Amino acid sequence: MLLIDAKRISFSYQEKQILNNIDFQLYQGDVLSLVGQNGCGKTTLLKILLGLLKSKGSITILSKQIETYSNKELAKLISYVPQMHQTPFDYTVLDVVLMGRLAHIGLFSNFSLKDKKTALNSLEEIGVRHLIDKTFSKLSGGEKQLVLIARALTQEAKIIFMDEPVTGLDYGNQLKLLKLLKELSKKGHTFVKTTHYPDHALYASNKVLMLKNGKILDEGDIYLKLTQQNIKSLYDVDVEIISKENGYKYCIPNV
Amino acid sequence: MFLIGLIHLSFFIGKYPISLNEYVQFLKYYFLNETTLTEDKIEVLNNIFFNVRFPRIITAVLIGASLGVAGSTFQAIFVNPLVSPGILGVLAGSSFGAALGLVLSLPWFGVQILTFVFGFCAVLLSITFLFISKRPKSTIILILGGIISSALFTSFLAILKYSSDPYDVLPTIVFWLMGTLSYSDKNTLALVFVPMVFGIVILSFSSKYLNALSLGDEEAKSLGVNVKYIKIYSIFFATLISSLTVVLAGVIGWIGLIIPHITRLLFGADNKIVVPLSAIIGGIFLLSSDMLSRSLFEYEIPIGILTSIVGIFMFIFVFIKAKQTIC
Repeated sequence: MLLIDAKRISFSYQEKQILNNIDFQLYQGDVLSLVGQNGCGKTTLLKILLGLLKSKGSITILSKQIETYSNKELAKLISYVPQMHQTPFDYTVLDVVLMGRLAHIGLFSNFSLKDKKTALNSLEEIGVRHLIDKTFSKLSGGEKQLVLIARALTQEAKIIFMDEPVTGLDYGNQLKLLKLLKELSKKGHTFVKTTHYPDHALYASNKVLMLKNGKILDEGDIYLKLTQQNIKSLYDVDVEIISKENGYKYCIPNV
Repeated sequence: MFLIGLIHLSFFIGKYPISLNEYVQFLKYYFLNETTLTEDKIEVLNNIFFNVRFPRIITAVLIGASLGVAGSTFQAIFVNPLVSPGILGVLAGSSFGAALGLVLSLPWFGVQILTFVFGFCAVLLSITFLFISKRPKSTIILILGGIISSALFTSFLAILKYSSDPYDVLPTIVFWLMGTLSYSDKNTLALVFVPMVFGIVILSFSSKYLNALSLGDEEAKSLGVNVKYIKIYSIFFATLISSLTVVLAGVIGWIGLIIPHITRLLFGADNKIVVPLSAIIGGIFLLSSDMLSRSLFEYEIPIGILTSIVGIFMFIFVFIKAKQTIC
């Protein structure tokens, strides 16, 4: 099923063209990796699709124009796991996860027992139920990221956007997180994530979209499109793509 | 619960001594129509209760609650625990308005109107800076606007003070700016009661959005929060109730800054709990400060002075207590 269909997206910031005529499609169950150099427009594209930035072109989500959705309606379709950050006040993990229910309740109602159950279930699903009463700002980077993913699940949106989800995590936690993404996608969640690691894209996603200087370099099935030539063109680095007998592919730099 | 007990207690304390027995008898008379008190006594008590102490108690609780709620709301919106209700200039503007009214020797009602109007003017001025700046969404610019607006109205106030009659008007202005509950009367209270309670209730309900808001506008938006709308009406209602506190009792400092902290130390950082509880704790705080100010010395000390002193002790107490439970 086609979830997001964006056509001819262009965006400029202070006369600098960031995105130029981008077409973007997202289907149910996809795990799509956005790759490209720093400043190529990955995060900008995410923010445009989230409705946080206004761009030229048309975006339809579930065959309705993005402008016709209210904040709340959009939040029920797309949730966002931002890059790691600090929280100013000492919120508990439950406080943070419950924020995912804000789109589901009215101005004069409070979180119901059902909302709290949804929050608990997502924490359980991610495997961090034990953190529930901990202070969010005192968690490790990996734990924070997991809690934010739990919040995205609590939001019960079809699509989850992640901005560099593994950045700042240690090696073990990076792989754990990717594995989790894979498992969640098998359960029917749809992901769009930006990443700096071709390896991670190869491991966790099925689709790729490569951005270079605000334009699409190439896109499509990850194994077909994330090739030696494309990576050379994106990062100016020589790599070798190796297939293992278990079917996975790996990207190794030639230095 | 504690607040209700305190309200009853504060009926006793004051210039005219009332014994527990008299209080009980009076309540009995009022609700059950039976009493052992004489007619004269009842009349005296009636007067003290409904014309003096009752409005004063309600005023104290209302002001404490308003400043607590406004303070915690502003702290969450500006993502800064050092922010107090005066951040956008509302207190400076209101002070100027009050002083202007006193200098012009307007009737008391006129002074109150000016107080309210200039409180809003000051906040509008600081918001104007957002629109003339190139970054209309920047919190820093808004705070800067607030500082500028505060400074402007503080200097205007200084001009007024400097040029006013030093034997008559100046002392009144100075006492008013120290904050006092002794002007509290039924009529003003009746006028501001509904908007203040309404503001407190609205801010308490919308406090659940403040957690998300404090993570930044974009994240809040992606969580389905209508950021612009919530910010505008939170600032509006926080300004409304803060300027009304000045209308009622002059500038009472410290509460708006310290009460949210005390609440967070006691009950955690979750704003949907902090904001409503700041109202209750603010009410308790100002009521107890007021009881002290009435009973410590022969004459009444301006409440603004006492809130600072009581606030410091209350804060130290909570700080020590919190250290034992949190760490």
